[in-house]
Amino acid sequence: MNQFFGGAAANDPISQFKIKSLIDIDIAGFQLDFTNSTFWMIVGVLLILTFFGMAANRKALVPGRLQSIGELGYTFIADMIRGISGEEGLKFFPLVFTLFFFVLFANLVGMLPFAFTTTSHIAVTATLALMVISIVIIYGFYKNGLGFLNLFAPPLGDMPAVGKICLYILLIPIEVISFLARPLTLALRLFANMLAGHIILKLFAGFAVMMASAGGLLIAGAAISFFAGATINALEFLVAFLQAFVFAILTVIYLNDALHPSH
Amino acid sequence: MEEGMKYIGAGLACFGMIGAAIGVGNIFGSFLDGALRNPSAAAQQTGNLFVGAALAEALGLFAFVVAMLLLFAV
Repeated sequence: MNQFFGGAAANDPISQFKIKSLIDIDIAGFQLDFTNSTFWMIVGVLLILTFFGMAANRKALVPGRLQSIGELGYTFIADMIRGISGEEGLKFFPLVFTLFFFVLFANLVGMLPFAFTTTSHIAVTATLALMVISIVIIYGFYKNGLGFLNLFAPPLGDMPAVGKICLYILLIPIEVISFLARPLTLALRLFANMLAGHIILKLFAGFAVMMASAGGLLIAGAAISFFAGATINALEFLVAFLQAFVFAILTVIYLNDALHPSH
Repeated sequence: MEEGMKYIGAGLACFGMIGAAIGVGNIFGSFLDGALRNPSAAAQQTGNLFVGAALAEALGLFAFVVAMLLLFAV
């Protein structure tokens, strides 16, 4: 691949996603290394804990700056859940709140220079997505029993039996496939967004360095590429927030199906 | 030969992003269309806006993932 991106192996835009083992741990034949991914995940979680620890520290009636941001995050998620699935959905508030802030901080920590973006690995995002979808399935059957299957075969109301059968033959496979595609798209969306964003950042930075070192008229190109890279950096911060938001809101929409399967 | 075909395939996979671009542009365009007609209702629809944009964008990202798979995994 090097001939396409120029320079040594360390400069290609893919090597930033390489997982390196920091501490080798081997338990009963399983490789459970403490990797750079683990490290940056822990950094993200510690940042969340310190942020909300400090925000909830004083519990002032008139909130200070930090407490305001904390309360803003809290009401943001609570309003989102209330808007989609009503008061009933608030029992999932801790889950959605945790998921949103975990993904948000993982994305934001990844924007630091030299940091590792944990959400740019499908292993991480697929774990989160599978967790969400298992909760949907388990809670759906727990709350509605077999009525949860109404999700795939919605009651059609007044209609001749022949029409219903014909519609179900068409409808059920589509509903089943779209349900099975949910964990896949949930995981791929976050993973591919972060991966693509960081590749583009690295590409523009690489272009700037390559053109600047070539000298001559290409210096102008290096300047353009540098400013394009800086702009995309700003865009990446927006994407980091947006993808965390989308992950959380889709989680709520899927959980809403478990709460009210026939809507 | 096969090595070269991989790169051609990855390039072709990127055509899938055209559809995603049209889809996302359509969503934001329609949103602005509606929002300028009735600005008071716009704020409640931003959640739907971003969910729709994310759903459309995901299909373009599938094309990107296919391109990456061709380049690095096949």
